[in-house]
Amino acid sequence: MIEKNNKLSSKKDSGKVIMTAVSYVFITFFTLACLLPFILMLSSSLTSEKSVIINGFNLWPKEFSTLAYKIIFENPKDILGGYIVTILLTTIGTALGLWIISMTGYALQRKDFAWRNKITYFFYFTTLFSGGLVPYYLLMTKYLGLKDNYLAILLPGLMSPWLIILMRNFMKSIPHSITESAKIDGANDFQIYTKLIMPLAKPALATIGLFLALQYWNEWYNAMLFLSPNVEHRPLQLYLYNVVTQAESIKNSAANSNVPPQDMPNETIKMAVGIIATGPVIIFYPFVQKYFIQGITIGAVKG
Amino acid sequence: MNTKIMKTNVSTKKNRGQFLRTLKKNKLLIIMCLPAILFFLIFSYLPMPGLYLAFIRFNYAQGIFNSPFVGLENFRFLILSGKLWELTKNTVLYNAAFILIGSSLQVCVAVLLNEIANKRFKKFSQTIMFLPHFISFVLVGLFAYNILSFDFGVLNTFLRSVGLEPVKAYSTPEVWPIIIVVTHLWKSTGYGSIIYFATIMGIDPQIIEASQIDGANVFQKIRFIILPSIRPTFVILLLFSIGSILRGNFQLFYNMVGSSNSMLFETTDIIETFVFRALINNFNFSLGSAVSLYQSVFGFALIMVSNWVVRRIEPDYALF
Repeated sequence: MIEKNNKLSSKKDSGKVIMTAVSYVFITFFTLACLLPFILMLSSSLTSEKSVIINGFNLWPKEFSTLAYKIIFENPKDILGGYIVTILLTTIGTALGLWIISMTGYALQRKDFAWRNKITYFFYFTTLFSGGLVPYYLLMTKYLGLKDNYLAILLPGLMSPWLIILMRNFMKSIPHSITESAKIDGANDFQIYTKLIMPLAKPALATIGLFLALQYWNEWYNAMLFLSPNVEHRPLQLYLYNVVTQAESIKNSAANSNVPPQDMPNETIKMAVGIIATGPVIIFYPFVQKYFIQGITIGAVKG
Repeated sequence: MNTKIMKTNVSTKKNRGQFLRTLKKNKLLIIMCLPAILFFLIFSYLPMPGLYLAFIRFNYAQGIFNSPFVGLENFRFLILSGKLWELTKNTVLYNAAFILIGSSLQVCVAVLLNEIANKRFKKFSQTIMFLPHFISFVLVGLFAYNILSFDFGVLNTFLRSVGLEPVKAYSTPEVWPIIIVVTHLWKSTGYGSIIYFATIMGIDPQIIEASQIDGANVFQKIRFIILPSIRPTFVILLLFSIGSILRGNFQLFYNMVGSSNSMLFETTDIIETFVFRALINNFNFSLGSAVSLYQSVFGFALIMVSNWVVRRIEPDYALF
């Protein structure tokens, strides 16, 4: 009996040890895999062009050089323009989107709103069926005339059915009695929303605001579709895309800098622009991560 | 007969009265929803009738309504050329790989993360695994270039340094399914595992304690407590992703492959990238619309079917 118990417990222990070891190994491996491309790009951007031409990119700079960054910062027109456009789009888009999404989300969770389910389905249906790219493109260019207009990037990203439903689920946790007692005191729906609900919905606003902000910061699709190459100030991701695919803006920098064209660090500049365009996201990310996790877990709970 | 007419008259009057009463009672709430209603009306509903483009030979100058009607000619071309089949095959196979490998990996990460006792290590690794979700697909494409480029890529730097032949990734179509699936997993696994991890964290600790008192070992705990607790979420997400199996991720494919590397199209062209090229490179609005229409109609049917299945299994989780 005693022996048996010992056997059992030792078996249990060895199982636990194996499981713990497997967990540590697997998670460590996956974490490193997620980190690796970032490290590769950073080290590539800090390598001298000559070393890249001879040896290729590496995990560690064979020959350290900050020339790529120097050239970008000496002619900051493009990257600065990109930053300004992206920051403006992000702030305006996030603020406007949050306002509309929160207003709609509040109305849609009001139990005394007779059409709440009909309107929710009206939004939801757009995720089931869509006209596809071509009619959308025609609408934006031919019928709304938004070619080369920043509105073509700002407007489509303002809201999505998913964000509205997420906001509605968030707002459900605010007690309905607040709305009821305010109604008895003679406040109208809009006053209740601005004066009472908005201050209480701060966590929801933070989460959904961050979802929107991230989407605007990384927005490339609409910018690529609707902005032609001759637009002077392009959003960051589109500028990065052009640097990567055409090396065109690098030629511009070359013309303005005192580095002869054959010595331009084309390859390392691509990597440096990548780092500069992504820097803010990586710096802010650890502080806002928890809001995203909150949003994902709440969004999964069906309202 | 007369009474019938009378009745309908009365009932429509009643309905209209009801409608107006509701409108009046909820006036402000409806006004609060108006910006969003207008938004979806313009950007989502207005383009839908535009799928009529699939049945005409569109001429930009003449506009939609004056272009010649050609019936099913666009579809005939797509089917006879084998293009539609190739696009469907690529899109569905890629998505199937994303769904099957992706969701298993997400569950693996969540379960194993839960087995790690060291809080700081857990927090740190979770943070890093979630990071790829936060970067743009343009940067993902640049990462791929950094690693796979023939002349400068890290992979070939390594291969040359150990005396092996460098690989020409960007002109070898066969390897791309692997590259794309790995990239997708890299970007979305951390994000997808969060929901499973949260579910595991929500398990009542008393259940786990009780099982340990009863002598359950680690494997039994995972097999009989943890996995069953995430099963509903897993099944629902699986079914809904099957519903959208005809929808590809344009940004991923376009940034990895590019718009002009036709060598790789055979294994990397999906519905979205084809429609994009039909529109932007060839100005063939009608052909692009035909593919979109096919995708939307079949996609809609698939979602309906998968939702019906969900409703049969777990009525609470059904979308509608």
